[in-house]
Amino acid sequence: MPHIIVLVKQVPDTNAKIVVSGDRVDLSTVKMVMSPYDEFAVETALQHREASGGEVTALTVGGPGAEKILKDAKAIGVDHIVRIDADGEMDSNALQTLISQAVNDLGGEVVYCGKSAADTGAGSTGPGVAERMGWPSVSNIIGATFDGGLSVTTPSGGGNAKVSVPLPAVVSCDKGGFKVRKPNVKGIMQAKKASVDVRSIEAPASSVSVVAHALPPAKPAGKSYEGGAAAAEVAKLLRDEANVL
Amino acid sequence: MTQTIVIAEMSNNTVHASTAELVSAAIALGGHPTLVVPCTDASQADGAAGMGADSILAAKSGAFSHYDASGWAAALDAIAPHGTVITGASPQSKDLAARLAARRGLSVVQDAIAIDGNNITSPVFSGKAMQTVSATGPVVVSVRSNVFEAATGGATDASVVATDGDVATSVQEFMARASERLDVSEANIIISGGRGMGSPDNFSHLEAIADTIGAAVGASRAAVDTWEAIPHSMQVGQTGKTVNPNLYIAVGISGAIQHLAGMRSSKYIVAINKDADAPIFQHADYGIVATWEEALPVLHESLKGMMG
Ligand SMILES: Cc1cc2nc3c(=O)[nH]c(=O)nc-3n(C[C@H](O)[C@H](O)[C@H](O)COP(=O)(O)OP(=O)(O)OC[C@H]3O[C@@H](n4cnc5c(N)ncnc54)[C@H](O)[C@@H]3O)c2cc1C
Ligand SMILES: Nc1ncnc2c1ncn2[C@@H]1O[C@H](COP(=O)(O)O)[C@@H](O)[C@H]1O
Repeated sequence: MPHIIVLVKQVPDTNAKIVVSGDRVDLSTVKMVMSPYDEFAVETALQHREASGGEVTALTVGGPGAEKILKDAKAIGVDHIVRIDADGEMDSNALQTLISQAVNDLGGEVVYCGKSAADTGAGSTGPGVAERMGWPSVSNIIGATFDGGLSVTTPSGGGNAKVSVPLPAVVSCDKGGFKVRKPNVKGIMQAKKASVDVRSIEAPASSVSVVAHALPPAKPAGKSYEGGAAAAEVAKLLRDEANVL
Repeated sequence: MTQTIVIAEMSNNTVHASTAELVSAAIALGGHPTLVVPCTDASQADGAAGMGADSILAAKSGAFSHYDASGWAAALDAIAPHGTVITGASPQSKDLAARLAARRGLSVVQDAIAIDGNNITSPVFSGKAMQTVSATGPVVVSVRSNVFEAATGGATDASVVATDGDVATSVQEFMARASERLDVSEANIIISGGRGMGSPDNFSHLEAIADTIGAAVGASRAAVDTWEAIPHSMQVGQTGKTVNPNLYIAVGISGAIQHLAGMRSSKYIVAINKDADAPIFQHADYGIVATWEEALPVLHESLKGMMG
């Protein structure tokens, strides 16, 4: 009956416009949601619990505002919700140290997380936490089965590999074939009442710090054409102007 | 000068050409690069000659026969010198970068697209912003392909070191891709279709062009979600693959923000769409307002003529 931990992070809605003011992105007016891949991680964690029993804890590192996504996770069926209180920027070493400590404290035996967070796009947390725990890890899985231990499907050398993963382990989830469940009314009611277990853990100092944010350089306006016949001209430009053929 | 370590990007047991770009990135970070080649046989390191490194280390281990994150990180940690480490930014290499960084108690910076002294820039918020960080002391940095020039010259001979790492996971079964097609994440040219293609059968027009110019075929999420025959492995975007090719041709794709997230950093973008107001045109270097039925046959004929 494993204790299953799922990592969830609050990020700007993927439709949100990102604004930079004074060298930093300004998220004050942006709608925040659970990072899309984390939804697949929650789903996988719940399926694991359904197959093997045990309990699922959703864990986030962030400020009080991040509790909304914990409630969202609770509404679709996780058992416990935990927030490690943290504010401001942290480098990957500091963040992973906090998460590893929390997984240890909670007695986690398997950790699911997103393939990458929609804000960082990094994909560092899963493998990094695994290494700190001394556990194996598999990243970017597109499927999982739980009978007789954990086995996952992951892209590998021009195909997919079915890989058995000894527990404890950390697994990061891609979209794959997972259909995420929606909360029902009962879940939403329970989530409203649920209380968040807030903890604090000392983080090591960061050695990587943000200097500046900027919008991507505006692309000069391209050339535009009407009608399919122009494709001949474009093909020529791809060869002679862009040099990409 | 500090020491930098480049982990060679491997493809089918050979050193991938993009490794020479990683060496340039290492030089930009101010170091004398040692190029470490994970291999099962030292001859696999031959391709590392003349890629601009000060020295080449062929790290030979059975652990490198298939990818296992903890096994690879342990085997490389055991023999790679200490200092800043540079890897490629393929999904596997980013995973390795994170694992190796954690093993050495370092931080990792992923997807670098520019390096200036200690400042490293990467796209964040799905490419909607750029983030520049500064690192004090050694870090692990993964570097996107097609942004640095390839380094040349330098060491030609590799010294061979044996290493080992316990492989934790085991492959039960390998399922080859149904088609022999190039994967979008490995391609320098991609032609993608969206819902505007009308039916999955019409993707054959994209495949024909892909075969002519050596491209991979990609798809939008609407295409993947609508049609069973278009697998998720082809999806480009926020919840699909992030690609960085020299040329991206978007056909019947509107250019939703989540699609742009996966391809906006392509060097050249061509859009074919019947709607002149489709957002994809704001990002296209060459935009053709036309139906694909009209434009693709012309495009294919011209490309065939040019490719001989
Ligand atoms: C959390 C989240 C994650 C997402 N992740 C992704 C992702 O990873 N990748 C992704 O692509 N999307 C993603 N989406 C979906 C995205 O928002 C869009 O819905 C999707 O990209 C639309 O695909 P499309 O452009 O093919 O379809 P549509 O928006 O339906 O556009 C079809 C286009 O085809 C054109 N067209 C029609 N007929 C023709 C013709 N005969 N010839 C030429 N042009 C024609 C139309 O003018 C139109 O512009 C995500 C959405 C969310 C909310
Ligand atoms: N602050 C955080 N709190 C909880 N989980 C996180 C946090 N940051 C990252 N994660 C998890 O790690 C995954 C990958 O994040 P990243 O390494 O930033 O791409 C996310 O999808 C989450 O599952």
